[in-house]
Amino acid sequence: MPRVRTTVDGVTYEGEVEARLLLTHYLRDRLGKVGTPIGCDTSNCGACTVLLDGMSVKSCTMLAVQADGSEITTIEGLDGQAAASANGEAAGHPVQKAFREFHALQCGYCTPGMIMAAVDLLRDNPDPSDTEIREGLEGNLCRCTGYVNIVRAVQSAAAELRGTPS
Amino acid sequence: MIPAKFSYVRPESLDEAVQALDGAGEDTKVLAGGQSLLPLLRLRLAYPEAIVDLTRLGELRGVRDEGGHLWIGSGTTHHELIRDPLVRQHAGLLAQTAATVADPAVRHRGTLGGSLAHADPAADLPATVLTLDGELVVRGPGGERTIPASSFFVDYLTSVLRPAEILTGIRIPKTWGGWNFHYEKFCRTAQSWAIVGVAAAVRRSDGAVAEARLGLTNMGSTPLRAQAVEAAVQSSAPGSHDALRAAAASADDGTSPPSDLHGQADYRRHLVRVLTARALITASRL
Ligand SMILES: Cc1cc2nc3c(=O)[nH]c(=O)nc-3n(C[C@H](O)[C@H](O)[C@H](O)COP(=O)(O)OP(=O)(O)OC[C@H]3O[C@@H](n4cnc5c(N)ncnc54)[C@H](O)[C@@H]3O)c2cc1C
Ligand code: FES
Ligand code: FES
Repeated sequence: MPRVRTTVDGVTYEGEVEARLLLTHYLRDRLGKVGTPIGCDTSNCGACTVLLDGMSVKSCTMLAVQADGSEITTIEGLDGQAAASANGEAAGHPVQKAFREFHALQCGYCTPGMIMAAVDLLRDNPDPSDTEIREGLEGNLCRCTGYVNIVRAVQSAAAELRGTPS
Repeated sequence: MIPAKFSYVRPESLDEAVQALDGAGEDTKVLAGGQSLLPLLRLRLAYPEAIVDLTRLGELRGVRDEGGHLWIGSGTTHHELIRDPLVRQHAGLLAQTAATVADPAVRHRGTLGGSLAHADPAADLPATVLTLDGELVVRGPGGERTIPASSFFVDYLTSVLRPAEILTGIRIPKTWGGWNFHYEKFCRTAQSWAIVGVAAAVRRSDGAVAEARLGLTNMGSTPLRAQAVEAAVQSSAPGSHDALRAAAASADDGTSPPSDLHGQADYRRHLVRVLTARALITASRL
């Protein structure tokens, strides 16, 4: 069986995998990274989005062997120091915090993928317009929110990341 | 679903890849970005015995200026096409078209070569490569051959590629200096495939359109050129929006659009006339 060596959320893993194992199943079933959900069978929904060497990919549309030698970030590793900070303020990446603050989720199923796609979008374009946010997130479907609060959350996170709070 | 079992090789060079394909059975598939193949494997619409993964082949990557033409590695991703300075300078229509394909995550992995080899008539890049008079460079056990885009596509999901052949690069002639471009894609929701798409390249002279090249997406079992419109433009040199609309009226000549969930054939015939006019008007900057 082929071997795969990846760094996932800062930890290096190595082992044999079946060639047909999808990256998303590798993350969930082998590494226990169940923060990354699977929402469809057609590569459309984006729920499974992770960062592969910093760029968003649909982890259901890759073989685990194709990630060999790569660095992967899932929603679970987005915030390096995931524990709550000393003053009791909830921790999280600015995009995670903004999703919470702006009520950018209802059932939450799309949220991990939506946040990963948003992080990738802001890396590429730190000051996006509302239209650019909608286009940047077009590979991520949300059946609950109607997207309005998601766009607001991403705008707010963008401002925070730029150091100009809105 | 979980794909059916297959054996997997990941060659480190093109020679090795060709050898692997040559030695393998007919039921072997090449894997590039996987953005068409993986969905097929997961739905078990494809169940190859073996997969040859091209993602490690540096020879298939990059964009080079080779004098008379631009060479674009087949492994160039849609994401890279949109940003590449040489592509933007000499083949801006390709960058524009790539930006309409799927969504950012798919564009990070999907490749130009995969899109052409897959030969889906609903895919956007084939019509654009056809419009730009592109050539496809292919390597197989017998050596290299070059195939004009106009004779590459044979039928729905079928090209002239032989089982052990690998598409290595795409050549675009560097003759598009004075031309303007537009890709007009019609789809109803974000991230979806074109119901119809029109790629337009336009050259102006004396305040009118002197020449146009037009490629059509999803108007038949292969990408097509709108030759009747190209001829009409050539003979009438349209200088107004109305004149361009008149030229576009023959955009469905010689097409055989499908009827499917997204639209009936007569609707596509109507659409292609409207979209060709829009593409010409936008590209003409009139
Ligand atoms: C959600 C979603 C939406 C999409 N929307 C669009 C869209 O709007 N427009 C559009 O045009 N496309 C769309 N696509 C398809 C996308 O553009 C694919 O990237 C592309 O069609 C295939 O490229 P790939 O590199 O991923 O090829 P793969 O999936 O790896 O391969 C596709 C086929 O080509 C063969 N192949 C690949 N590379 C080579 C090569 N170098 N030599 C010989 N054979 C080769 C493979 O064997 C396979 O049969 C979409 C895909 C998804 C998942
Ligand atoms: S689960 Fe990956 S795109 Fe839907
Ligand atoms: S919050 Fe339910 S799908 Fe987005």
